[in-house]
Amino acid sequence: MSQLNSKVPSGPLAEKWEKYKANQNLVNPANKRKLDIIVVGTGLGGAAAAASMGELGFKVKNFCYSDSPRRAHSIAAQGGINAAKNYQNDGDSVYRLFYDTIKGGDYRAREANVYRLAEVSNDIIDQCVAQGVPFARDYGGYLDNRSFGGALVSRTFYARGQTGQQLLLGAYGVLNRQIAAGNVELYTRTEMMDLVVVDGRARGIVVRNMISGEISTHFAHAVVLATGGYGNVFFLSTMAMGSNGSAAWQVYKKGALFANPAFVQIHPTCIPVHGEAQSKLTLMSESLRNDGRIWVPKELEDAEKIRKGELQPTDLPAEKRDYYLERRYPAFGNLVPRDVASRAAKERCDAGFGIGTGHAVYLDFKDAIERLGKDLIEARYGNLFQMYEKIVDTDPYTTPMMIYPAIHYTMGGLWVDYELQTTIPGLFSIGEANFSDHGANRLGASALMQGLADGYFVLPFTINNYLADQIGVARMNPEETPEFIEAREKTLAYIDKLMKIQGDRSVDSIHKELGKIMWEHVGMGRTKEGLEKGIVKIQALREEFWKNLRIPGKTDTINPELEKANRLADFIDIGELMAMDALQRNESCGGHFREEYKTPEGEALRDDKNFKFVGAWEYMGEKKTPKLHKEALQFEFVEVKTRDYK
Amino acid sequence: MDLTLKVWRQENSKAKGNFESYQIKNISPDSSFLEMIDALSEQLINEGKEPVAFDHDCREGICGMCSLFINGRAHGPDEEITTCQLHMRKFKDGDTIVIEPWRAAGFPVIKDLMVERDAFDKILQAGGFISVNTGSAQEANAIPIPQHKAEESMDGASCIGCGACVATCKNSSAMLFVASKVSQLALLPQGKPEAVRRAKAMVAKMDELGFGHCTNTGACEVECPKGVSLDHIARLNREFLAANLKF
Ligand SMILES: Cc1cc2nc3c(=O)[nH]c(=O)nc-3n(C[C@H](O)[C@H](O)[C@H](O)COP(=O)(O)OP(=O)(O)OC[C@H]3O[C@@H](n4cnc5c(N)ncnc54)[C@H](O)[C@@H]3O)c2cc1C
Ligand code: SF4
Ligand code: FES
Repeated sequence: MSQLNSKVPSGPLAEKWEKYKANQNLVNPANKRKLDIIVVGTGLGGAAAAASMGELGFKVKNFCYSDSPRRAHSIAAQGGINAAKNYQNDGDSVYRLFYDTIKGGDYRAREANVYRLAEVSNDIIDQCVAQGVPFARDYGGYLDNRSFGGALVSRTFYARGQTGQQLLLGAYGVLNRQIAAGNVELYTRTEMMDLVVVDGRARGIVVRNMISGEISTHFAHAVVLATGGYGNVFFLSTMAMGSNGSAAWQVYKKGALFANPAFVQIHPTCIPVHGEAQSKLTLMSESLRNDGRIWVPKELEDAEKIRKGELQPTDLPAEKRDYYLERRYPAFGNLVPRDVASRAAKERCDAGFGIGTGHAVYLDFKDAIERLGKDLIEARYGNLFQMYEKIVDTDPYTTPMMIYPAIHYTMGGLWVDYELQTTIPGLFSIGEANFSDHGANRLGASALMQGLADGYFVLPFTINNYLADQIGVARMNPEETPEFIEAREKTLAYIDKLMKIQGDRSVDSIHKELGKIMWEHVGMGRTKEGLEKGIVKIQALREEFWKNLRIPGKTDTINPELEKANRLADFIDIGELMAMDALQRNESCGGHFREEYKTPEGEALRDDKNFKFVGAWEYMGEKKTPKLHKEALQFEFVEVKTRDYK
Repeated sequence: MDLTLKVWRQENSKAKGNFESYQIKNISPDSSFLEMIDALSEQLINEGKEPVAFDHDCREGICGMCSLFINGRAHGPDEEITTCQLHMRKFKDGDTIVIEPWRAAGFPVIKDLMVERDAFDKILQAGGFISVNTGSAQEANAIPIPQHKAEESMDGASCIGCGACVATCKNSSAMLFVASKVSQLALLPQGKPEAVRRAKAMVAKMDELGFGHCTNTGACEVECPKGVSLDHIARLNREFLAANLKF
């Protein structure tokens, strides 16, 4: 692997994208029909890309593991999507959105990519409205906005607490239109098992039909991974149960670099864990922090009484409460970025002020209800309050919500250049699966923006530049091409190996153990010692997995245990790489917090001199130490400063 | 709590299925229903048996992947809720719980509690969208939309495509699902140009795929986890189907 080339166009920041578009190679319409593109994933990134490239005339094959494209994990996003429309006239601009995102990411993202993201953000809103996305509107009939963490302007568009659902249904709609038109061929309940590389280029994939168990191969001139994030390494997260890192991991093993695996976002407002049987965590949208105030008791004895049920939170007077975010960060208050809010909650709970099981803090709407009335709060957050009540069985209108941080998003992912191409020619990655835009911490409402930006407005352009010289490449017949035959056989052998372990432990029991190791050693507060221990434990767990796993059932039928085992094998490997990455990064930045590197006040201490780079890992073979490549980050247009939300 | 479960087991779409009984112990009332099934799976695996296959993904009531007929009710004994949001505190210690898949001609069982719902995708492919290409949209605020219209549209758009309406309906009609989409788009100026064609194409597809006719029993509305209202069916009938001759 030679020097990483980000392919960022030269020239002033604001002109790079225009310049790129003006100079890239295009494919003429007649030739597009001769070019096949595989898109794995039907979330915001995948559905938007598949539909848009179908509209352009490419022949697209689109895959997902669920029974319908509409079920992709994007559907669960609640709060909203950012854009620099400045409809509120509160001083927003493309530059400000760009700046907030770079700063929010703690100066660990690439300037040019982030600027482009902010630039196309407005087109996304236009596009979605045209598709019939019913965004919230004000009485005048114009689009409404709310505020999200890390910004001083109101730029978040939303559809109740179901913004991801509505955006995905919009993308699914245009995808359906392309499926009906015959431009996109859809494969549901189909899991990608491997990438096929021919002469150094991505040429197809191996998939498993999750109903029949059949393993087949598909050819394409280019392959796009839009397979989402790997947060389920932690077992408990806000990700969908099936969310996985396997597709990204397979291509990593084929030579694509994996960037910043240690950058994971821990979301401050999730419903706390109830017990051992817990299978996943539920997010309470960040939008709640617009009106909710976060606090714990000021006195340790009050906290203890509340934990024991001897004191009700509603009975504790205001002067005995510690609104710790407002206290520590007066300028941003409850709307500090997620990493800051999560760490502050952990700090209070570690110090003994937690409520509930001790791992929870309050999110209180009493003042907002007094100020705005219950009806308005219900209109804003009704469905979230209802969801909370169903899960916890208490009424958040009268008793403050209990929340605690949980794993939510992975900023790390496949390394891509400005064109969203990985280090394997012909293999692209978009959405949460790539590492590109959020640096070490993602701002709220920016993942939806990125997924749709990549899918609608960036990839459909940049992929042309690659495909322009592929016109002459004839379609390969997977059944007769050795690379395809070999990849298929390798997958069959791998499944066989998994099935033959025949130990005595279920997949979930091992996965839960992995989650605990990760949370303890590679979670919110990391140390050199802890990470080293974590790595040893992960390696031992890998042994355990390959010795003691048991997958019941057969391979030629629906077998959820086999699916989970296949994903878990990769999660274990990803977990190890995350720990290694966290260990090499001797600084604290964004979601990556190393206890050794903090200010006397406990804030993250970045080391720009030594760590202003993207850490991209190259696979060197089984049981070999992967190699770290560094893409130095140039900040030409912003001044790199200490993040300050005070 | 300790429970007796009667669960539908079926090897594949061709096999004949049957109920199996299982005893399960020490379930926390704070567990979700699917976490209870996870516990059953763990138990079966430890006994060397195959766990029960069921569909689920988000586990927060939004992806529409979970299903299940629980004690004779779609999504179980609670209002406006999906199976994944149902919690065990709704049951009592010692209860027997009967768990079945959706049963409808349009949704064949593929294993145990899993059904195939791709018919819903096909109905939407027939016209459940606005025909706009990427890049051709105008400025988002160019057309103001009255707030109540946007809200009503959002009510229809809340459908999660779970299929409870079909599973509950004695005719296995998908009318609530179809109407929610027709309504969502027809209420917006952007969706108007294709409104009639869209409604007709989707209803025709629904019929073709073996879903029954709507006889207005209203059962669907009762079991819909998202509270999608019968008003959408009324609008579909009134504005599009009754007006058939006009177009
Ligand atoms: C609860 C929650 C709330 C959120 N709220 C917000 C918010 O308010 N605003 C915001 O901006 N962001 C939010 N996010 C983040 C955001 O939703 C995600 O980052 C984003 O939707 C990811 O989109 P994606 O297209 O990259 O991937 P996903 O939506 O995760 O889609 C992945 C796709 O890949 C497919 N897939 C995966 N692996 C395979 C495989 N091996 N083979 C075949 N197919 C595969 C899946 O079937 C799926 O179709 C939220 C996230 C969560 C969890
Ligand atoms: S209308 Fe309701 S019950 Fe029917 S599919 Fe939609 S959400 Fe489910
Ligand atoms: S699992 Fe997604 S709605 Fe129940």
